[in-house]
Amino acid sequence: MQTALSIAMDALAYGMALFIICIGLSLTMGLMRVVNLAHGAFAMIGGYIASWAARDLGLGYGFAILLAMLGTVLIAIPLERLLYRRIYDRSELSQVLMTIGITFCVIGITNYFFGPTLKTIPLPAELARSVDLGFRGIAGHRLFVIASGLVVAGGLWFLIERTGFGIHLRAAVENAPMARALGVRTEIIYAASFALAIGLAAFGGVVGAEFLPIEPYYALRYMVTFLVVVSVGGAGSIPGALAACLLLGAIDVTGRYLVPDFGNFFFYLAVILVVCIFPRGLMGRAQ
Amino acid sequence: MTGATLPHDTAPRLRTLGQDLLGLALIALAGLAGYALFPDNLAFLTRVVSVALLVLSLDLIVGYCGIASLGQGALYGTGAYAAGIACLHGVTEPFLLILIGAAAGAVMGLLMGAVMLRAHGLPQLVLSIAIVQLLHEAANKASSITGGSDGLSGMVPAPLFGVFEFDLWGRSAYFFGLALLILVFAALRFIVRSPFGMVCRGLKEDPLRISALGIRAFPVLLKMFAISGAVAGMGGALAAIATQVVGLDSVSFEISANALVMLVLGGIGHLYGALIGTVIFMALEHVVAAINPFHWMTLVGAVLIAIVLFAPRGLSGTLDEAARLLTRSRWRAGR
Amino acid sequence: MSTLFEVSNLSKEFGGLQVSRDISLALAEGERLALIGPNGAGKTTFVNLVTGRIRPSAGQVRLGGEDITALGAVQRVRRGLVRTFQVTRLFPDMTPEEHVVMTILQRHGRATRIFARFHGDSAARDEAAEILATLGLTEVSSRKVATIAYGQQRLLEIAIALAQRPKVLLLDEPAAGVPSADTPRIEEALAQLPPSLAVLMIEHDMDLVFRFAKRVVVLAAGELIFQGLPAEVARDAKVREAYLGSYAHAGS
Repeated sequence: MQTALSIAMDALAYGMALFIICIGLSLTMGLMRVVNLAHGAFAMIGGYIASWAARDLGLGYGFAILLAMLGTVLIAIPLERLLYRRIYDRSELSQVLMTIGITFCVIGITNYFFGPTLKTIPLPAELARSVDLGFRGIAGHRLFVIASGLVVAGGLWFLIERTGFGIHLRAAVENAPMARALGVRTEIIYAASFALAIGLAAFGGVVGAEFLPIEPYYALRYMVTFLVVVSVGGAGSIPGALAACLLLGAIDVTGRYLVPDFGNFFFYLAVILVVCIFPRGLMGRAQ
Repeated sequence: MTGATLPHDTAPRLRTLGQDLLGLALIALAGLAGYALFPDNLAFLTRVVSVALLVLSLDLIVGYCGIASLGQGALYGTGAYAAGIACLHGVTEPFLLILIGAAAGAVMGLLMGAVMLRAHGLPQLVLSIAIVQLLHEAANKASSITGGSDGLSGMVPAPLFGVFEFDLWGRSAYFFGLALLILVFAALRFIVRSPFGMVCRGLKEDPLRISALGIRAFPVLLKMFAISGAVAGMGGALAAIATQVVGLDSVSFEISANALVMLVLGGIGHLYGALIGTVIFMALEHVVAAINPFHWMTLVGAVLIAIVLFAPRGLSGTLDEAARLLTRSRWRAGR
Repeated sequence: MSTLFEVSNLSKEFGGLQVSRDISLALAEGERLALIGPNGAGKTTFVNLVTGRIRPSAGQVRLGGEDITALGAVQRVRRGLVRTFQVTRLFPDMTPEEHVVMTILQRHGRATRIFARFHGDSAARDEAAEILATLGLTEVSSRKVATIAYGQQRLLEIAIALAQRPKVLLLDEPAAGVPSADTPRIEEALAQLPPSLAVLMIEHDMDLVFRFAKRVVVLAAGELIFQGLPAEVARDAKVREAYLGSYAHAGS
């Protein structure tokens, strides 16, 4: 019973960490129709910046997160202007190739500057200790990740469904020429959503580092995981992404606990089954 | 031009035949040149030939059917393991091992096609990745058959024609591989110009038009997956025979992604591009990655970005265009 | 003349929205029927229902006495229900000859053979040359489709349909997008269609409809509101209202 509970808590926290990283990818893919395989590269950049800020500059965890998000977005903006903008209406294959290219460059360049070692992000004492939930203890960090995931999900839902920005964004996605004719500045909307997606990736990269350690090949190693999660959830759907992250997170964590030497076997088996049964994702939009 | 004086029917046929023979001769020549220039690197050159088969097989799916796949290693690795396992169990005849690799690859191609063709677009791409990863995990887990993370080793293929040993020098393996590549290439040129090949091109362009002709897409694409699997499987089997080891890297996402990069580098959809891309990519990798693997990644990344931005049809497509411009200006000058 | 093709009580709903309501019509061998209707009348939905791209919510489609309602698009084509496309759907890198040869090979069940040369089937090539000649496409038969005129591409659409040897041919706006100077050639091609072929033409251009069709049906808001002779269409009050809306009342 204790094991089951601790597996469940781990799975939930892991799923939420995945969600924070992937939801940005889901949004860029569903709303802006860009298959951004470099999404993990931005999470990785966030992790590197946070690690540098926390260890070398001695900043607190909160500041490290903020700096990571800000820094990553600053790096991403010129990339959006110079590269992404040119593939918005290109074929899927072009988008895949370009963003794999960006990923490779990011890996090569970060490792040139920071060296090919594992980067740790020290947790503050409050998050490192165990919190007593009454029936059992749980690492404070796990609770923090779960809470962050819920806040991100709620915040995004509010932003997209309930604010002027959300209305403009949905209009731009539905029919860009019409939205432009109505005075919506779609370029700014796209740039802002891209920045938001990247910021979330960086945030997820930092808070998820306990599950997905920041290392030289991070962007490539988890590229597939992130892509899979989004496609299983159905690109562009917040509840879909949440469901996919929790489902696949649970399968992954449970599999590792119960049959550790099968590695990711069950994870990918689940992916194949889900995609075959729901070819558009759990909550994908009809095309 | 002489073509104009020949009867309407035979001129293009002779021209394509001539082109094909020229192409095959060029491949053979390039292979011999590789042997003459780098006699100490035959193991590497054989690996290039093996990967060229993988990239050719990917071109069949991506270039001729328009299906993006990041999981072609599943077919390559299946061929490699099938040949490796057969060799360890006493089937040592190299031709038979290649056939076993082809058959295993074809069966895996059928399975992979049956799964991938259920989806379209991004989910389809994800399925291709999931399949290669699943096989990777399975090969890792089934260590009693596959050797797990240590891989298979200790295969001793019988001498070619009972005479030429697969020795350390790798001469037999290289020429065996080169001959195989030329044969496969000739067969594929034939296949892409068959009625079946034309229908595949049509499906890539416009599936709805093809279905309006009364042609069902699924069996056609499935057939192509099987052919692609056979080609990739032969590539894997060749690697198993030549290196006498089969590792988990042969059925991996990395090799699949690299194959796609090579294909796009060379240019998709006309087979030659697959060969050009493989040779350039692997030669560069051989040199640069030895210096610093991270420089290599940066370089590949930059090249990919440049291709998407400036040469979407790959090197061979760009060369084609350059050649066309050149001949046109010559034609103009001649007038 | 016997009924060859029959649609009865065909209806389609999309999430409560009725886009086709109770459509019934019949087509005899050799008949020339035109279906017209204002924009948004549901013509595209009707074509999709008939060709099997979407399933009806209710009703039946019969071809040569056989109920084909449950069959998919490919099966219907194989039984002789062939269509052309409103916007040409051709392969820009292939030649007209290659399009028609592929079609003929499919008719003979040889379209997906691997151990054969596509350009080596001389019987198919001869037949293709014949079809292309009747449509005046011989000159462009070995040029890439991307380089031939739009009017010729429309003629090629008809050539492909003829090469399928259909029993029933659905012409989806065969003259759409063609410069008016070229429409006579399209009309000529339509006039030469095999006499026994049953043709259902969906068309906007009323001149073309009047010259081609012996009978007209009018679709408006997903319903058939008129069936009769071309000469009667313009006088029908319901048709006038569907097309002219309130102007009809204001004018009369």
